[in-house]
Amino acid sequence: MTARPEAAVQGQVPTSEEPAESPSFSLGGTPGGSRRVLMKGNEAIAEAAIQAGCDAYFGYPITPQAELLEWMARRMPEEHRAFIQAESELGAINMALGAAATGARVLVSSSSPGVSLMAEAMSYMAGSEVPMVLINVMRGGPGLGSIQPSQSDYFQAVKGHGHGDYRVPVFAPSSIGEAMELVATSFEVAERYRTPVMLLADGIMGQAMEPVELRFRTPDRIEQPWALEGADGRPPRVVRSLHLVPEDLEEHNLHLQEKFRAISEREVRWAGEHLEDAELVVVAYGTAARVAHTAIARAREAGMNVGLFRPISLWPFPSALLAALAERVRGMLVVELSAGQMVEDVRLAVEGRVPVAFDGRMGGMVPSPDEVVEALRELDTTGLPAKRSRRARRRQPGPVSGPEHTHEREPLAAAESGHEALSIFGDDAWMPLWYTSPVPSRKGGKR
Amino acid sequence: MERSIIFAGFGGQGILFAGHVLAQAAMTEGAQVLWIPSYGPEMRGGTASCTVLIGDETIGSPIVDHPDAAVVFNPPSLAKFAPIVAAGGVLVVNDSLIEAVSGRDDVDEVRVKCTALAREAGDDRLINVVALGALVARTRLVRPESIRDALREIVGKKRPQALEIDLRAFDLGLAAASGAGAAPEPATA
Repeated sequence: MTARPEAAVQGQVPTSEEPAESPSFSLGGTPGGSRRVLMKGNEAIAEAAIQAGCDAYFGYPITPQAELLEWMARRMPEEHRAFIQAESELGAINMALGAAATGARVLVSSSSPGVSLMAEAMSYMAGSEVPMVLINVMRGGPGLGSIQPSQSDYFQAVKGHGHGDYRVPVFAPSSIGEAMELVATSFEVAERYRTPVMLLADGIMGQAMEPVELRFRTPDRIEQPWALEGADGRPPRVVRSLHLVPEDLEEHNLHLQEKFRAISEREVRWAGEHLEDAELVVVAYGTAARVAHTAIARAREAGMNVGLFRPISLWPFPSALLAALAERVRGMLVVELSAGQMVEDVRLAVEGRVPVAFDGRMGGMVPSPDEVVEALRELDTTGLPAKRSRRARRRQPGPVSGPEHTHEREPLAAAESGHEALSIFGDDAWMPLWYTSPVPSRKGGKR
Repeated sequence: MERSIIFAGFGGQGILFAGHVLAQAAMTEGAQVLWIPSYGPEMRGGTASCTVLIGDETIGSPIVDHPDAAVVFNPPSLAKFAPIVAAGGVLVVNDSLIEAVSGRDDVDEVRVKCTALAREAGDDRLINVVALGALVARTRLVRPESIRDALREIVGKKRPQALEIDLRAFDLGLAAASGAGAAPEPATA
């Protein structure tokens, strides 16, 4: 249970059904460490990028990531590297596209509304296979929203920012120390697969200070036989996303899909805590995982066997591991600083094997550990087949499909009557898979 | 064990700085620390607060329902944070600016003439460092010497000429809240 953050980052792609060897969960720092310094998240991330060999940074100020840009403004010139405060987010990201096309190690950072402005260029970079790292220090939305921490850009980050069939690796740190390591990882993955990579942090990760070990990693430079570095003595190269001939574009897309498959297989990262004996599992990333960490300690004190599953790579999502975990636990609770975004991927991963409940806050609010414990209790008492006889106490009842289907009814009775009893929306999404089907499914058959 | 402290007052009263010094001191004692500012569009004159979490183990939630201690520098902060201090906790009140009392009989309410003591130290802006001294006297969250080291680290590097006044302000706050009610020196000191 004392693994360092980088050990947690090394969580392996699940190769078997059994997730018991999951790395222990560590949020950062080492007890009694020697070279610990107190660093602000934004500044630690910026310095980690410099130490990782970042050649050029482009940005435009926005809270809550402003200190990142400020740190780069001071430090990059000291290192004789490129720093440009662009005229806008569009300017910054397109400068990054140009710089990255030359094979430079390029960083851009912003916060939610700024990242929306960068969406188009992300699509172009994915299409033209340009490696680059974009950091989003998320704030409340939609629109200009607030400047407080949020995780409501999960969909944007994971499901695609711009148009077209593409995916981008997304890494989400839970501590400042882990963020520093993930900066190096992001550059590495970006160059290995010729793809933009997103580092998804939130306002607290950016603004908080935490002791960090001054240990940095500089990924090795790899051959870049595509980079535009001057065609002196060799045929010119072209970096583009335009392929007007349909056959060519399909060929290109097939190549991209092949690459995304490879990333899905090789770059899954996650961490776990108390998964060995967990009956219930909280799934959370970033700051929400820290809240969950405290909530789980309190729940365990109260006698509940709760574990934490923390995706570090949000894409590729650790679906196989969650599916394996779902074979052994009674329920999952997803906690996010959003209205519920990652919860959809968790439900897709577990495919109705167990109930998946959600608890989250929006708009810059952060759930308290006691709120999460309360949600766990609710899941424990209302959501589980083992205790199904207890009447559901739903926070937000989903729409029901007919007048006779009220939440007062026992779900089992509804299932026996062959009606579709419960909505596929909200916290009941797991239910129809085995309550409503006349064909006995895995769990519902004998009940 | 994990303990939480909230510093709150007007922007410009050195709220974030006081929390930073405490976090730095706790870190040098080997503790796990998390410092979270309230950040916003407000600057000088607006409200500001920061939370410091100090623990033996990994710090989890950055959100604190009931802080073990609160240091309040202005009336709105007293109104906001005094009611949520954990029972048995410590409430340090800037008596120079706050007339109201918390009305709580289950917390250790320490009233400190911050401005007068800061002036005595040589700079009446240093109410934050005075209050930090009072907090440390009543809680022993960290050893006083760790705070002095943190001041040397943080202030000494940037403004060495101000360091002596900061150290004096801290010691005056420490002394003002020592005596009856002060926390004993921890065994590990």
